[in-house]
Amino acid sequence: MTENTYIYILVMALVTFLIRVLPLTLIRQEIKSPFIKSFLYYVPYVTLSAMTVPAIFTSTESIYSAAAGFVTALILAFFRKSLLTVAAGACVVVYIIELIV
Amino acid sequence: MRSSLSDTEKNFREGIISGIPIALGYLAVSFAFGIQAVKAGLSVFQATLISLSNVTSAGQFAGISVIAAAGSYLEMAGVQLVINLRYMLMSAALSQKVAPELPIYKRLGIAFGVTDEIFGVSITRPGVLAPAFSAGAIIISVAGWVLGTFLGAFSGEILPARLISALGVALYGMFVAIVVPPSREDKNIALAALFAVIVSTAFTYAPVLKEISSGTRIIIVTVMVSVIAALLFPATEQTAEKILKERGVEND
Repeated sequence: MTENTYIYILVMALVTFLIRVLPLTLIRQEIKSPFIKSFLYYVPYVTLSAMTVPAIFTSTESIYSAAAGFVTALILAFFRKSLLTVAAGACVVVYIIELIV
Repeated sequence: MRSSLSDTEKNFREGIISGIPIALGYLAVSFAFGIQAVKAGLSVFQATLISLSNVTSAGQFAGISVIAAAGSYLEMAGVQLVINLRYMLMSAALSQKVAPELPIYKRLGIAFGVTDEIFGVSITRPGVLAPAFSAGAIIISVAGWVLGTFLGAFSGEILPARLISALGVALYGMFVAIVVPPSREDKNIALAALFAVIVSTAFTYAPVLKEISSGTRIIIVTVMVSVIAALLFPATEQTAEKILKERGVEND
């Protein structure tokens, strides 16, 4: 069983590394296509948004604390607070809500 | 004083500084991962090794569930491919950001550290991406990610459930912090993000569509929404510039 786990870890690491390496090593020229440029421009924001909603609502013990954490994160991020402030602020609010409810 | 530093040292330092908040955010998320990995039957060493060799959030969480369910190696490869495919898109975007003559070993190093957050701080740097900046940001972020995993795996059992629940939201808080500020600068990003949220929710709950696994869902939604956004609102040099400027002001 122990060897198995290490093969799993090797497979995970290898696949993930290849995904990250191939474009950075193979694409040497500037991409000229405005469409591909625009596509790449939107990808990170679209992926992260899709990963956050609706998953965030089931990330804590209750949907109410999760919703409160989400709103907190949105407000802090709107005022351009740092990554850490936003993440920690959301955690603190979830903790407080779960103490009350 | 600062002028006495070489460009490489200056970029490395800026990388470290940009990486500190990422590392602290990672501590919370990887702590939760450490706890889950041990619950799934992994040792503290194995959990830490996964974080050091993978440096992914969603991919690692999915990976330990494959291990716990004793899935095949092929399934593991497929799950990682689908969930982490977004890094391929980010890596492609970074290929446009580095100097064309950048040697391969430096490209390998930058590629190893492609995560949502490190990508976020790298792509929004003004001008060409200096490898020293990436090195600084990656070293500190990965250190936070690995340390958090170790601590979570080591001490997770003794933490109160309420605290663990609160930490569950940390990852998403980080994502919100990356998406919202540029949405203020370019309303097309806001529209694309909103559209992504709607489509993602539909895929999660609608009949038939909800059968699709979460990893596959992310890929479908990302490609579909980004293609539509690129067709409807082609990104102009000005919008991209505006985002860079905004980040530049923030970093000073």
